[in-house]
Amino acid sequence: MRRRTVALGVALGLLALFPLAGSDFYTELVSKVMILAIFALSLDLLVGYTGLVSFGHAAFYGIGAYALGLLAPKYDPANLWLTLAAAVACAGLAALIVGVFVVRARGIYFIMVTLAFAQMFYFVFHDTKFGGGSDGISMNFKPVAAIGSFIPFNLSDANHVYYFVFAALVTVFLFLRTLSRSSFGRALQGIRSNEERMRSLGFPVYRYKLASFTLAGALAGLAGYLSAMQFGFVNPELLSWHQSGNVLLMLILGGLGSLYGAVVGAFAFVALEELFSSVTTHWQLLLGATIILLVIFLPGGLASVASRFRRLLIGAPSE
Amino acid sequence: MSDAILTTHGLSRSFGGLMAASSVSIELHRGKLHALLGPNGAGKSTLINLLSGELRASAGEIRYKGDDITGLSPDRRSRIGIGRSYQKTNIFPAFTAFENCRLAAQSREPRTLRVFEDALRFEGVCTAARRALEAVGLDNRSDSIAPALSHGEQRQLEIALALATAPDVLLLDEPLAGMGAEEAMRMVELLRGLAPRHAILLVEHDMDAVFAVANVITVMVNGQVLESGEPAQIRASPMVRAAYLGEDGALAGYEQS
Ligand SMILES: Nc1ncnc2c1ncn2[C@@H]1O[C@H](COP(=O)(O)OP(=O)(O)O)[C@@H](O)[C@H]1O
Ligand SMILES: [Mg+2]
Repeated sequence: MRRRTVALGVALGLLALFPLAGSDFYTELVSKVMILAIFALSLDLLVGYTGLVSFGHAAFYGIGAYALGLLAPKYDPANLWLTLAAAVACAGLAALIVGVFVVRARGIYFIMVTLAFAQMFYFVFHDTKFGGGSDGISMNFKPVAAIGSFIPFNLSDANHVYYFVFAALVTVFLFLRTLSRSSFGRALQGIRSNEERMRSLGFPVYRYKLASFTLAGALAGLAGYLSAMQFGFVNPELLSWHQSGNVLLMLILGGLGSLYGAVVGAFAFVALEELFSSVTTHWQLLLGATIILLVIFLPGGLASVASRFRRLLIGAPSE
Repeated sequence: MSDAILTTHGLSRSFGGLMAASSVSIELHRGKLHALLGPNGAGKSTLINLLSGELRASAGEIRYKGDDITGLSPDRRSRIGIGRSYQKTNIFPAFTAFENCRLAAQSREPRTLRVFEDALRFEGVCTAARRALEAVGLDNRSDSIAPALSHGEQRQLEIALALATAPDVLLLDEPLAGMGAEEAMRMVELLRGLAPRHAILLVEHDMDAVFAVANVITVMVNGQVLESGEPAQIRASPMVRAAYLGEDGALAGYEQS
């Protein structure tokens, strides 16, 4: 436990100091990874804590992103706080509506119906003029972080984007960690462990799952919003099944149900992507093979490496 | 004569052509321990699943404290005070014995919106969990993860889960099966202690235990109630003897597992 806190402190310190290294390319890359980490964290709530393996989580990421694209005025910058709140609300509402239909399904059926719903959203944005069709929407301005006439930071500056995203990541991480220890969070873990028994102990399992699905969707929407904010454009690929698959892979890579794993997985995924794509155009093959090997030899994900290593040295289970 | 707290009328359930429960009418009273006997496949677990809401009735009705609860979901039934244990151990393998019971106790005070507070800070729930563990004799194993418990201890935890929800009605499906002699004896004492304040339905094959604690006994065969009455009446019944009990009152047609 203490070791973990130290590791967390070191990681936070490194992330906080990172932009001082002065490379804009890497500052922007790490911002992007931290956004993906938020996305993966939101999925961990569903998969790792509630036991709902969604293969359509990108739908809510995309909806959060499109909310900014659609709400941003053409000739004026959008207000960060208003559009951010609207994006999270839209994604949460969409997740609530989808959730009403899907959270009754279990196992493989849940995977299928979440995929089907996400494909539906994908085609709405891809095949109608509503969101600019397959070209998506380009925004002319970055949102302005204005509170009245006070503007605390400037999102045209890559470093400011970095710290804003960093703050969002830390907030989401701490929020989910607190949530996971609350009565609600522990009930979700009970559902993951033994749904039938939770029901016979008096928990309205459907409502808990729906709440989890909605919250996870809202947080995915936050990540999607941040992505649209960083890059200034949105397109239907944000909602594609590739995106849903990638975020699942990040989670599997990092390890389920620990929150640390989601963050580690996002970094590892992008690092592997960068590494393999620099040596071959068939990098997806290499990435796939790496993930398969990892799942076979390290079922707990990368986040379990430290405890495994310790167990190997001490010969006793940690924690 | 105490009032019946849980009653069924003509309760039936079929699986395809098989009548697993056929027009069963029984009454559970607060303060009474009602034992349910019958050979394997008689429909005892089916009846418990019907009462707990995990199986839908094909026909008939269930009344609880005067209300028709035949269509109520299992979680609603638990919340209004009907608790159960399972014949096949059904616990949370991911958690410690304590967390198993704490979750069960939490179901009485869900606090879903208190998302910023650690559930371990709610002393009432933690105390209820510790009491349940103590009642079944698992207090010294509370920090063990459920799969690390012995088979017998897991059976004890199974009962503790039901107790931690503080039910008025307890439906216990072969609670002693798989326990060692000492634990079984402890459990019989526990049942005796629970009986005055609860309505208990006990499915059990251990005849000594049943006749030691039961106030009422119902015998089921092939989904039907063969006979129901006080222990002495059941022991003396020629019909029950012929169908189920051996000459010496021991169980026939049932292999000890
Ligand atoms: N879910 C089910 N589907 C089909 N048949 C079932 C099911 N549950 C129980 N049965 C059948 O119903 C009969 C009664 O089973 P059960 O209630 O488990 O008996 P008992 O608990 O008295 O041993 C058995 O013949 C069993 O095979
Ligand atoms: Mg049975």
